[in-house]
Amino acid sequence: MKLNKPAKAGTYESNDIYIMIFPGYNSNIIELESVVYETFGEQIKSVINESLNLFQLTGVLVKAIDKGALDFTIRARMTTAIKRGMSNE
Amino acid sequence: MMKINGYKDNYEMFVKSSGNKSLPVIKPKEYNFNEKKLRKNLTQLLDELDLKDGMTLSFHHHLRNGDHVLNMVMEEIEKRKLKDLTLYASSIFPIHSPLVRMIENGTISQVYSAYVSGPVAKAISEGKMEKVLVMHTHGGRVRIIEMGEVTIDVAFIGAPTCDLFGNISGKIGKNACGAIGYAVTDAQYAKKSVAITDNIVEGLANYDIDGKYIDYILKVNSIGDAQGIVSGTTQITKNPIGLKIARLTTEVIKNSGYFVNGFSFQTGAGGISLAVAKYLKDLMKETNIKGSFASGGITSYLVEMLEEGYFEKLFDVQCFDLEAVRSIRDNGNHIPISASKYANINDDCVVNDLDFVILGATEIDLHFNVNVTTSSTGEIMGGSGGHSDTSYGSKVTIVVSQLFNARIPVIKDQVICKTTPGETVDVLVTERGIAINPLRLDLIERLKKTNLPLKTIRELKAISDELVGIPQEIPFTDQVIAVVEYRDGSVIDFIYKKAL
Repeated sequence: MKLNKPAKAGTYESNDIYIMIFPGYNSNIIELESVVYETFGEQIKSVINESLNLFQLTGVLVKAIDKGALDFTIRARMTTAIKRGMSNE
Repeated sequence: MMKINGYKDNYEMFVKSSGNKSLPVIKPKEYNFNEKKLRKNLTQLLDELDLKDGMTLSFHHHLRNGDHVLNMVMEEIEKRKLKDLTLYASSIFPIHSPLVRMIENGTISQVYSAYVSGPVAKAISEGKMEKVLVMHTHGGRVRIIEMGEVTIDVAFIGAPTCDLFGNISGKIGKNACGAIGYAVTDAQYAKKSVAITDNIVEGLANYDIDGKYIDYILKVNSIGDAQGIVSGTTQITKNPIGLKIARLTTEVIKNSGYFVNGFSFQTGAGGISLAVAKYLKDLMKETNIKGSFASGGITSYLVEMLEEGYFEKLFDVQCFDLEAVRSIRDNGNHIPISASKYANINDDCVVNDLDFVILGATEIDLHFNVNVTTSSTGEIMGGSGGHSDTSYGSKVTIVVSQLFNARIPVIKDQVICKTTPGETVDVLVTERGIAINPLRLDLIERLKKTNLPLKTIRELKAISDELVGIPQEIPFTDQVIAVVEYRDGSVIDFIYKKAL
């Protein structure tokens, strides 16, 4: 599948994550800032990758600013951002 | 040898006094009870004090993040190129950031404190201090001085009001901070004690520290900013999860078997702890049960409970807000106490008479050991204060915390730093259940009869792990940056420098 345009989802609130995605890169790149980077950085990146793979996306830059979101929140924000980015409106 | 009939067999002739006030020397000294104590210039005073490398200087923290005394004195001392000083400061706040430079340039080589936050904590966490940080408790601080483990060369005491004899009151003056319980022992035991004040009055009738312990009085323009004594955490939480925890905690109190007429209570100034005070008041109203005393750092919520007759007395070692300052000045049942009377194991301390204490936690492990000294990633950001003192003394010690917040879980297999031993912690209340220390069979027995959501601490951890995941290990080096001392002086843990 393909991303048509940049898109975003989420907020900067505590326990949430703010996701921005941009098409047009050679491979998938994740730029993550997180309040729990030391303890959950790898886990958050792997959840973001899972979401990208679920939609079979390649060449996407993901910028994520995490305020301590749990995995299901990260998945929900990723799904919303991806669906927004795939729409043609 | 001359023999004297009727006198002890071995006697020592008086040679000289060391000048250390912990020893039984003759009083009053040269400068007591006259106006010669007054100094108007810090530089001149420091000349007279004859400061030397390696000395120990003490400060107290009642002006909290509004304190100007510590920085004012230390910056002047730094200019004199003194080195290797030990700072014996009861707590260190973000306002004390100039100390970072003094730690880096060797003016200060060691710090003793019960609580260290802000830039100083960060610098020490990074391993910048030459010697180790010693983290004691509020009660332990007094014991260390009394037992002579540390001798204070000069105590600098921020004094909201002072008379010319050196009598100090914390209750009045433009920077009134109420109780000054942490400074009392310093005044009594330091070789020299300096009262630093911005308000000199004539003949204080009611004072907190007796002028006979004060050697010099320094008049300055301002000792601080009284607004800064209101610490950032003294507001009731609005978070519904926090309120739920507070309600559950109040139910635990109600059904614990210790909630009877004359019970005693202490709570910290954290948002959830304050909410417990609010719900407890409703419960006391409903059941018509009255308490004997509340203690600790005192907030407006406890003042209100005193004034409305829910408690007979407040024992106050430190005022957390300006309402408490007003009350301690005006209300005879709001009683200032020294840190010794509060929590020193060698004193008849108030914590031993506590029925309930409500405490916070950064981390708690499966054996109920609590960390309030470091963050969950290992940086120093607090300390015991009275945490382990009250936890030891109180009949029911309740730790309140969200099970996790912003993906930071409270329950760990092992805490990074053991501040308070699990043997002294009885109950953990979270929004998803209540865990009782298996050692407290009586509490388990009574609370089982209620419909409260009791779980083992392992069950709570499983819920947390399921939602949050297992955190990556934080790597540490083997360099010890802080020693954590329990209230009796035994070493309870070390804090290590983090690996990069």
